[in-house]
Amino acid sequence: MTESDPRSDAARPISPDPRTEARSTPLSADQVAEIGRRFMERVRWNSELGMKLESLFAGVAEMRVPFDPRFVGDPQSGVLHGGVVTALLDGCSGAAVMSHPTGAAGTSTLDLRIDYMRPAKPGADIVARAECYKATRHVAFVRSVAHDGDIDDPIATAAGAFVLERPRPAAKAAAAKPEDKA
Amino acid sequence: MSAPRPPRPRREPAHVVEARRDAALEALVATVPFAGVLGIHFDRLGDELTARLAFDEKLIGNPVLPALHGGATGAFLEITAQIGLAWTLVWARMEQGGEPAAAIGRGEFPPLPKTIDFTLDYLRSAGPRDAYARAEIRRAGRRYASVAVEAWQEERARPFLSAVGHFLMPSEA
Repeated sequence: MTESDPRSDAARPISPDPRTEARSTPLSADQVAEIGRRFMERVRWNSELGMKLESLFAGVAEMRVPFDPRFVGDPQSGVLHGGVVTALLDGCSGAAVMSHPTGAAGTSTLDLRIDYMRPAKPGADIVARAECYKATRHVAFVRSVAHDGDIDDPIATAAGAFVLERPRPAAKAAAAKPEDKA
Repeated sequence: MSAPRPPRPRREPAHVVEARRDAALEALVATVPFAGVLGIHFDRLGDELTARLAFDEKLIGNPVLPALHGGATGAFLEITAQIGLAWTLVWARMEQGGEPAAAIGRGEFPPLPKTIDFTLDYLRSAGPRDAYARAEIRRAGRRYASVAVEAWQEERARPFLSAVGHFLMPSEA
């Protein structure tokens, strides 16, 4: 597999889309909120869980799921279900990949391993922090942590591999067009 | 001439037994509110369960394809594994009869197994339609259990998501 150097990718002209801008320039709180709003709007399941994007920069994303009694796994304890943590870590990891300077056009999960350290505190929000620490031409690797206030006392950690969709070079895409129609 | 046979213990009609099992399964699933949010139901044949994730627009993760969200399908498999394990405990108590079975009848279930780790292998994208999953318990120890789960849509032989997980079993009360 050929590896691309994120540093050289970062030198490319930055598109006006603030989402791609997050690959090289720190965003203002308003910009993060705007990207987060659009992201949740497009991905229904994320908005269903009430996920909020808190920060996004150069391959690192932070997201929050506010506590919701509907998402409880065990009513006796009032603790959120592990599936909520799965969805949050998956979504946050995907956002981290998209903000990586490698400049993916899209991404999807290839595999995700989640380790559960302890249950979340009853009634607590869950916060995830994901870091895309390596991107090759086709695959990105992400580590993530879920916690309920103190990142040094995690609820769960995860490691994932994500498929990268590369933007089609303009010349190739144009050449391929007549073929698509045929 | 043989001695007259002792009277047979009276057996409950099969439909009564089956109705009780269905009620226990429904009550068990109802203890996980998040399963209801996802829209997960369980079909039962004997003691074997098949989970069903009813399609809903809210489960979409990729609006372009469109495809179900990996987090939603991941949670679906986790619940399938967890309920599958819990069901074996519930089933054993129901079969035992007496007080353990009566407790299940009152909706007193053993605590749910806790997930230690869960590894998801996304094989292909899942389309905008119902999905099904079955859990296979590879090892059920007193303390730990290892479970494999697979989910598919139209063709059983073409799973879209496969997972393995380890669970901490509830300690015997």
